[in-house]
Amino acid sequence: MHEMSLCESVLQIIEHQAQTQHYRKVTAVWLEIGALSGVEPEAMRFSFEVVMQGSLAEAARLEIIELPGIAWCMPCGREVPVQQLYDACPHCGSRQLQIVGGDQMRIKELEVE
Amino acid sequence: MCGICGCGEGHIHSHDEQHDHEHPHDHHHGHDHEHGHHHHHQHGPEHAHAPGLTQARMVQIEQDILAKNNRYADENRCYFADRGMLALNLVSSPGSGKTTLLTETITRLQGELDIAVIEGDQQTARDADRIRATGVPAVQINTGKGCHLDAHRVGHALESLNLSNHSLLFIENVGNLVCPSAFDLGEAHKVVILSVTEGEDKPIKYPDMFHAADLMILNKTDLLPYLDFDVEQCIRYAKQVNPRIKVLSLSAKTGEGMESWLKWLKAELELQRIEYA
Repeated sequence: MHEMSLCESVLQIIEHQAQTQHYRKVTAVWLEIGALSGVEPEAMRFSFEVVMQGSLAEAARLEIIELPGIAWCMPCGREVPVQQLYDACPHCGSRQLQIVGGDQMRIKELEVE
Repeated sequence: MCGICGCGEGHIHSHDEQHDHEHPHDHHHGHDHEHGHHHHHQHGPEHAHAPGLTQARMVQIEQDILAKNNRYADENRCYFADRGMLALNLVSSPGSGKTTLLTETITRLQGELDIAVIEGDQQTARDADRIRATGVPAVQINTGKGCHLDAHRVGHALESLNLSNHSLLFIENVGNLVCPSAFDLGEAHKVVILSVTEGEDKPIKYPDMFHAADLMILNKTDLLPYLDFDVEQCIRYAKQVNPRIKVLSLSAKTGEGMESWLKWLKAELELQRIEYA
């Protein structure tokens, strides 16, 4: 359940940005969560609600943008979609894959007042 | 003293706030205020002087959720680099034999190398006590409800260990095959320990951890005659998840295979002594 501490990091960033961006209330939060990031969106939603209680983002809506896993296949010499870290290349079956996308977990933007 | 962030050894909150102010994203947001698309398009020049603080507006953040942890990890990493130290993050499920592997490793290398240990557990100082009994310094971090060590807490633990140049630091993470994989502590390598009593399919059941590790240690090999554990299959699974992972099989209890592990440690420590241009 490290989603809980990830949500605590999200709250810290939101609180810190409130000082420089001059907002008092956050009404929506957009997160980009990659399919290979090890983050479970449902656990994130659960933790988000718990962690944001009593904060400036208490009533905030959580929007999770799920990004697909993408790897570079060395034998094929091109990008291929992957669902999991241990997937083989869907074209040639090789496991010589380098993850190039879908491992991110980022705060993209906020809707604030 | 730190080459990257220019700070001292302190890992106190004020350092972090300083970093945040210097963070390029803040400058970027400054631009948003001055040339804000929303103000311009939505309100027009007639409202240009209205503060608009009660209006809903969008704020671009574009920041990694783990950015703060990663900044502390960078601080730790340059602390290690300044001293030519080797820091390893040992990860596994509970009961894989991490602490026994450590005490056996320390017993064999003591006198030859300076060694220190940071122990992470949810509760108790039992593991740090076991390490200290071997005669090397150990700091226990209790994470409470937390399921992993983070770079900030490790930074504080470094303050209370008087680490010498070219020493070897083991960071024994909380027993958990999931959460610690996401948190960089500033280590040179994550080393995942898997005991043969756990089942050979752990690498594909918990792929994040095996993907993040550079070395897998198959421990408790003395028990193989009593188990159905398929060593070759286990290694195949680990390489499926992480084609670059190296594997060592050993028994910390009988000492079988320990020599290769000690060689690996000494070679990796030697690599940390190289001062690159």
